[in-house]
Amino acid sequence: MPERKKSDGKLGMWLFISTEVMLFGGLFLLYSMYRYKHAQDFHNAALELSRFAGTMNTIVLITSSLFIALAVYFQKKRQDKKAGLFILLTLLMAFTFLAVKAFEWGEKFEHGLYPGAAHLMSLPKGEILYFGLYFMMTGLHALHVIIGIGVLSFMLVFLKQGRFGEGSVYFENSGLYWHLVDIIWIFLFPLFYLIS
Amino acid sequence: MEDKKVREAGIKTYITIWAALVLFTALTVTTAGLNLGKTGIIIVLSIAAVKSALVLLFFMHLLFEKVTLIKLVIPLALIVLAIFIGLTYTDVAVR
Amino acid sequence: MPIDAEEYVPYYSDKGKLPGILGWILSTDHKRIGILYLVLIMSFFTTAVFFGVFMRLNMIPGMHIMTAQQYNALFTLHGIIMIFLVVIPAVPTIFGNFFLPILIGANDMAFPRLNLFTWYLFLTGAVLVFVSVFTGGGAVDTGWTFYVPFSLRTAVNVPLATFSVFVLGMSSILTGINIVSTVHQLRAPGMGFFKMPLSVWGFYSTAWVQILATPIIGITMILILIERIFGIGVFDPVKGGDPLLYQHLFWIYSHPAVYIMILPAMGVMSDIFPVFSRKNIFGYKMIAFSSIAIAAFGSLVWGHHMYVSGQSDLAGIIFSLLTFIVAVPSAIKVFNWLATMYKGSIRIEPPFLFALSFIFLFTIGGLSGLLIGALSANEHLHNTYFVVAHFHYVIFGGMGFGMFAAFHYWLPKMCGKMYDKATASVSWLIMFAGFNVFYFTMFILGWEGMPRRYYDYPAQYASLHTIASIGAFIMVAGFILMAYNLIRGVFAGGPAPSNPWEGATLEWSLPSPPETEDFREVPLITKGPYDFSDFKRGK
Repeated sequence: MPERKKSDGKLGMWLFISTEVMLFGGLFLLYSMYRYKHAQDFHNAALELSRFAGTMNTIVLITSSLFIALAVYFQKKRQDKKAGLFILLTLLMAFTFLAVKAFEWGEKFEHGLYPGAAHLMSLPKGEILYFGLYFMMTGLHALHVIIGIGVLSFMLVFLKQGRFGEGSVYFENSGLYWHLVDIIWIFLFPLFYLIS
Repeated sequence: MEDKKVREAGIKTYITIWAALVLFTALTVTTAGLNLGKTGIIIVLSIAAVKSALVLLFFMHLLFEKVTLIKLVIPLALIVLAIFIGLTYTDVAVR
Repeated sequence: MPIDAEEYVPYYSDKGKLPGILGWILSTDHKRIGILYLVLIMSFFTTAVFFGVFMRLNMIPGMHIMTAQQYNALFTLHGIIMIFLVVIPAVPTIFGNFFLPILIGANDMAFPRLNLFTWYLFLTGAVLVFVSVFTGGGAVDTGWTFYVPFSLRTAVNVPLATFSVFVLGMSSILTGINIVSTVHQLRAPGMGFFKMPLSVWGFYSTAWVQILATPIIGITMILILIERIFGIGVFDPVKGGDPLLYQHLFWIYSHPAVYIMILPAMGVMSDIFPVFSRKNIFGYKMIAFSSIAIAAFGSLVWGHHMYVSGQSDLAGIIFSLLTFIVAVPSAIKVFNWLATMYKGSIRIEPPFLFALSFIFLFTIGGLSGLLIGALSANEHLHNTYFVVAHFHYVIFGGMGFGMFAAFHYWLPKMCGKMYDKATASVSWLIMFAGFNVFYFTMFILGWEGMPRRYYDYPAQYASLHTIASIGAFIMVAGFILMAYNLIRGVFAGGPAPSNPWEGATLEWSLPSPPETEDFREVPLITKGPYDFSDFKRGK
């Protein structure tokens, strides 16, 4: 008698990832249109951003991607101790990213470049839009980093509890989510930091 | 130990890809610093695409993925997004 | 194969680990989840119908039973409830959940717990809509389209309403992911893609739109929220923003949304016509591919909502061309259904009556869509009752009557009881007649220049409004009769056989209603879904 089929959850996760691509895609659409209309203003506004901080954060996330890939690699081999270690390292990178981001945002606030600030309102429209999009897109991204931290923390707990069998789909899917967070930043970085 | 028919990424692969990503990051930042205008933007975004591809193919294992549909999902989403942006341009760019 | 009478337990009587209502609201059984959705959605549908009744009461000459503000809130809520809480979810979550696994020979969806979660998201979204009416400034009055700048400035509870749409969008997205995964991974042995019932193709193509388009409305609703709270300026001209970009983002989802509404219903039609014509579907592959084509091309036409908004002429021309193109695959389906019936052995039963009227009503709606899809005509007809008539013909006449057809087709399987067919046919006739008196009059009203979303009007439109309202009341009377008949059938009808319509798809091989585990043995598929040869041999 033929066996009952089961879903392995990986396709579902990739479909979910594509919805995240579309979610950010809407913001990329807005960015494209406004960049087209206010190219010079976007250039000028981008000078306010610290390329050093952005580059550092990019390296941090790339490294976190490496760490989570290794965590998944070791979990598949049931080397839970190493897997747990690499999740911790990933989380460390994640918090570093958020710290740098918080610092950057703080700087913007100090310079009066937040939505509604009098100084911002005095700038050309393209620059107002640039910063509006900057906060919206890096903010939404940071929210996904926070969610990722939550997900990975749960994975760490479940790992310690020995809940995962060989090649756990949940574990691997959590890794996929984290890589997505990395990829979104890989695009945000040049769009906001490297256009001057 | 395992003799899988499909290659899997090993630790060496991951570290190599990481190094490539760091290198591309350095490259892209350098390019931006050269202030090449429109060309510079194209180069910089292309490098971003390459980096994303590396993450997708190696860290996210798409290169080793057996199920074709899974490999098509992200390209499909990107094409759809490109069409949305393109059609919107026919309004914004011409107004 | 006959089920052992001693062992057989209908899914709704199956006592699992959880008692009473918990066994329903914590169930991951796709059939129970379908019923959960049914209960919610039919309540919301009835509510929104009554909002519509009040609107039509108000539009009777001399009858001002509400203020203009209240009218604005009514049509906004009517739209939000109908679109997001009824028409988009109904067929996929009620019939898709109940029948998709069975139609492909599986025992549940790919992700049963995720399935239950989507119901809770749906319920949450609905509760938030409800709460938004009574808090934060009161019921939204922007129209379900939330156009800026009004939605950014009006003092009503736009934040909660838009956030609830976001939550409902999440529910839809996860449902779509579940459906695609189910269709790709859980088909029974022998069921290749081109042996699947066409209703499955309907659910499948819809699911892709749900996955890829819905996130756009998600981000758009978040942007309204962020704009209202932080004023980042993306839609505010003072800060360099472009209100038209809001319309682009909004319609990039909301146009494909109408294909989310219609594709599942069309799929059900493709299942129904063969059964009641005793004949294989004409052009199976064309119908299957047209479902994909409609999903694909339908995602490219959104600018036809914006012809007179200030959008560039170039964009208008391109969107108009694409709009004409997308009519083709829909027409293909209509021709194929007609060809299926041609020289078939027609059995006139309630599902067939609803399906037939689907063709008639959807065709009228579709043709009127071509009219307003033309740039020149749109100048005159945009934002008039003509548009309102158009979308009620396609959404209500199409998806709505399609949903009614699905109820009359599948309810006996879901509950094991047969409703009274004569009453069903009468209710159909009354609804069909009332519908046309109501909405066809709206075409005329719109052609004559009556704007939509207006609480009042000049005297020249009075008699047409009266006729329309009378039609509306007739239609609602028919709807009440239909609902009463179906509900009475569910609780007090006679027992329904496992295959009352002699269908050849897999659900009819199960008892009415099915057991919790659906198939006791994994079915092996050897025949097509519309192969009625076994019936001819007197099986």
